[in-house]
Amino acid sequence: MSTELRKELIVSAIENGTVIDHIPSNSVFQVMKILELDKTTNQVLFGTNLESQKFGRKGIIKVREKFFTDTAINKIALVAPNATLIEIRSFKVVTKRKVNVPDNVENIAKCFNPKCITNIEQVPTRFKVVDKTELRLLCHYCEKITKKENIHFI
Amino acid sequence: MKNRSLVSINDFTKAEQLQILDRAEEFEKNPNQRILQGKVVASLFFEPSTRTRLSFESAVNRLGGRVIGFSDANSSSTSKGESLKDTILTVSNYSDLIVMRHPIEGSARWASEVASVPIINAGDGANQHPTQCLLDLYTIRQTQGTLDNLNIAFVGDLKYGRTVHSLVMALTQFNTTFHLISPTELKLPSSVKMYIKDANLEYHQYTEITDAIPKIDILFMTRIQRERFSDPMEYERVKNSYILKNSMLEKSRQNLKILHPLPRVNEINEDVDPNPKAYYFQQALNGVFVRQALIAKILGV
Ligand SMILES: [Zn+2]
Repeated sequence: MSTELRKELIVSAIENGTVIDHIPSNSVFQVMKILELDKTTNQVLFGTNLESQKFGRKGIIKVREKFFTDTAINKIALVAPNATLIEIRSFKVVTKRKVNVPDNVENIAKCFNPKCITNIEQVPTRFKVVDKTELRLLCHYCEKITKKENIHFI
Repeated sequence: MKNRSLVSINDFTKAEQLQILDRAEEFEKNPNQRILQGKVVASLFFEPSTRTRLSFESAVNRLGGRVIGFSDANSSSTSKGESLKDTILTVSNYSDLIVMRHPIEGSARWASEVASVPIINAGDGANQHPTQCLLDLYTIRQTQGTLDNLNIAFVGDLKYGRTVHSLVMALTQFNTTFHLISPTELKLPSSVKMYIKDANLEYHQYTEITDAIPKIDILFMTRIQRERFSDPMEYERVKNSYILKNSMLEKSRQNLKILHPLPRVNEINEDVDPNPKAYYFQQALNGVFVRQALIAKILGV
């Protein structure tokens, strides 16, 4: 176990559940919203502006007694592309993996086109990710591309 | 195609697009076929477009169907603040098919997801206008006897013209060589060029029409609008270079045909009209046959 990881676990070790590490500090609440942790009855612990060797400052979220599917966790890739997912059972790390940018993104980001139906009527947004490295999102409705620098979250 | 919506030209495969063109040929030979008796087509024009609306309504009438609807948003309940979804759900109850034109981009895709009947997109803002694209394909095939391996030139506003974008995308299925003629500021967007590159097709870019004239089978003209230029001086400088005059056609191929989605303003000089290579008025007539074919295919008759 790396020193960094041990330190985190010391802060508040969980017996069973998931730790999401390396979230940009200003995206922690966004991640909680995307994973619907604002609605859960599970215990959620989080920290922001923690020191990180790799990222300067980072955020972290721990959820007790909860494990995420790949589909659910990949949704956070847009806001936290470098996030690491750590699953813990009986205080032991059982898996540790990176998130992947998904093929499709639903109801997370806004379309940058002000003339798009999704910005005018109550229509959930849908995008196809046409470039996973540069993060270019093709709107399912107006067929325009929203670039990374224009992405705003709902 | 039965009961499927047509929002974007890509919704139908190449084979399906060709089936529509084949059916349109039958309607060209015999336009009055009362195969839509008892069917109701809703024609919802949230913004006025007399040309497109009349073409659709003529198509339905020639097939013996009935048309209900409105020709601008003021006479619909939208003016009272009703959402598009509610209007579409209501109209679905009264019709077998909805033809819709709407100024908001993506509105047609959304309508096709909430409606219980198929939707034909007759234009959603600057986004898609697939029946215009089908009629252009029909006209090209009609004049050249094939859609394959042609040299096709696009002139004018290639940046904002949605007609150009969908037609270029559709033509990449037919091994076309593209000749793109526009002011530097109005070049074809890279998102559309991507389709040409992905299909490994040749394209050439020009700023002068005459450079391309001897090499092409089809000359597709579009209008250049002053408001598209960030610099009004630049518009004044280039505007006359993109006006087609009859004298410019001297070195053109025998089989060349000139197309234009209409209405034109001044981008084709009237001295071109008597030239047998001018084909834009016949092109407009084809719109009715293509729309008859599309409606018949979607309603399964
Ligand atoms: Zn959009």
